[in-house]
Amino acid sequence: MRFIFKTDYDQDIRIFKHGGHVFWYGLLLAFLVAAPWLIEEYWLAQMTFVMIYGVVGLGLMVLAGYTGLFSMGHAAFLGVGAYTEAVLAAKGWPFPVSLAVAAGLSAAVGAVVGLPALRVKGIYLGIATLSFGFIVEEGLARWESVTGGNAGMHVKAVNLFGLDTSSNEGFYGVCLVVTVLSTLAVINLLRSPTGRAFVAIRDSEISAQSMGIHLARYKTLSFMISAALAGVGGALYAHKLQFISPDQFNILQSVDLLLLVVIGGLGSVHGAFLGAIFLITMPQLISLGKDYLPAFIGQAPGLQGLVYGLVLIAFVMFEPMGLYGRWLKIRTWIQLFPFYRKGMFKRQKSFQKSDRLK
Amino acid sequence: MQELQVIFSGIAQGCIYGLIALGFVLIYKATETVSFAQGELMMLGAFCGLACVSWLGLPYWLAIPAAMLAMAVLGWLTERVVIRPVLGQPAFSIVMLTIGIGYVARGLITMIPDIGTETLAFPVPYKDTVFNVGGVVLGATQVVVVLATAALSLLLFLVFRYSRVGIAMQAASQNQLAAYYMGIPVKRLNGMVWALAAAVAAVAGLLLAPITFVHANMGFIGLKAFPAAVVGGFGSLPGAIVGGVIIGVVEALSGFWLPEGFKDIAAYIVVLLMLVLKPNGLFGEKLRKKV
Repeated sequence: MRFIFKTDYDQDIRIFKHGGHVFWYGLLLAFLVAAPWLIEEYWLAQMTFVMIYGVVGLGLMVLAGYTGLFSMGHAAFLGVGAYTEAVLAAKGWPFPVSLAVAAGLSAAVGAVVGLPALRVKGIYLGIATLSFGFIVEEGLARWESVTGGNAGMHVKAVNLFGLDTSSNEGFYGVCLVVTVLSTLAVINLLRSPTGRAFVAIRDSEISAQSMGIHLARYKTLSFMISAALAGVGGALYAHKLQFISPDQFNILQSVDLLLLVVIGGLGSVHGAFLGAIFLITMPQLISLGKDYLPAFIGQAPGLQGLVYGLVLIAFVMFEPMGLYGRWLKIRTWIQLFPFYRKGMFKRQKSFQKSDRLK
Repeated sequence: MQELQVIFSGIAQGCIYGLIALGFVLIYKATETVSFAQGELMMLGAFCGLACVSWLGLPYWLAIPAAMLAMAVLGWLTERVVIRPVLGQPAFSIVMLTIGIGYVARGLITMIPDIGTETLAFPVPYKDTVFNVGGVVLGATQVVVVLATAALSLLLFLVFRYSRVGIAMQAASQNQLAAYYMGIPVKRLNGMVWALAAAVAAVAGLLLAPITFVHANMGFIGLKAFPAAVVGGFGSLPGAIVGGVIIGVVEALSGFWLPEGFKDIAAYIVVLLMLVLKPNGLFGEKLRKKV
């Protein structure tokens, strides 16, 4: 067990709480930087996907995990970012500029979606964002002069002022830089007054309002930040797949993103990445496991949906804090060994709180 | 005349939306949870009916109650096994849970060999019957949908108005804790509400089956029932049906008048407008927390 002796208020908001953090995150970063020389190309591609989904997950985490607003149409922002990037890359814009424009456009769209969020709550917001997601998907399919419609469009390689990033390793590097920067941005946001305001809104809107937090401004801001991150992720996604079509940004993608934050652990930055790892490795684990199952189960087409559903149900029922919550428990167990008590993370039973009276 | 035809088919489609929305509203009113699995329950209901007719060889009129009963049991089991342990958790966890249930249902049906991935026709005795009323051609399948919806709504109205169970459900939906103090077995009621919602979903599935076909992804129509429930006001039973009909008619007319593509998103545009203009829906209750 580590006791941190606090002598300064700044210690409360320090990114690295103690030397252990510096060591482990430094090690992780060193591994990620060295990864192109260490691991196979296939796994490098998977890590690129994890980072892309991690960035999008960070966006949804800010919105859902920290502000308590649930978006069921987040794939729409992903789509806006992806198509903006694809169109601008085709025009030959340099990557940093087009990435910024993709993020900015997504944020603008997010602000528009945030407007109903000021009036409606809970499930109504879910349905508003769901509807919005459908409308954007249809819009992408119908605006054929720009998006190429349902036939989809090809995306050029990243144009980074003449640097060649078309190889797997090169693009991995681009993704790594973007991911590290967005993660740092989100962590910094969350320890700033803005981030604290988000958390206050999540925990209770009425008390946040009484403390002088401007609900409309902060909710819109949260939507914009979240959409911008999704747009950044979308831009990387477009480059990674090199081909995008509207059906990649449908409701199932939105649900996948929700799955990501819930399984990763709502309300933790780690959760976004753990969820992304889950989302990327799950189909591969399933296809590995197929061989060990009897043919009529293993070869059935619905297996993946079934496993996803069961895992989701299991997480909500038994581990509502997600993978990160499980890690916290394991870490505490190790730190306190042998004094860990069973009830330390026990969920408090409470009466159903009415959403209608919020 | 053509418009009338379009409007009628819109009403019939809207009744289906309304019936699924009815399931949402029942569950939402009683337990404050939103079930995203309602469309999948409808799909399971249609498959149940198909199983009764095709493999058990039951006549159509017997297959309906059989499918309803089977689905009611399934709904009750779902509540008992999965929903009840997480009651009291944030509403969103339960939404994710029902999304998971939907995934499982769809996955399981798809996994049935030879059947899961097929699109199956549902044999009904009135399949090709057509009525001609003043120049408007009405398909019997659509007429049956409208009539059955009306009958079911009336039945539900009577149950909620006059039966002990219905009144208890109303009480629990207004205030669970107070209902509990009055000696109403709220937990058991929740199970019954899920059973009821599943049975209603089964009816919707059986009515939809002759119009479209029976397949594993037919549950996605449930996503159009959300707009219906919101337009009617999420907590209102008649609102669900009215909202469903409105959505159905708007959808049919926009398919008729507007360029291609608007038909699919008409429902969502309507619901967004509704949320901006009148967030509580047509029949919704407006409640505010006092500090």
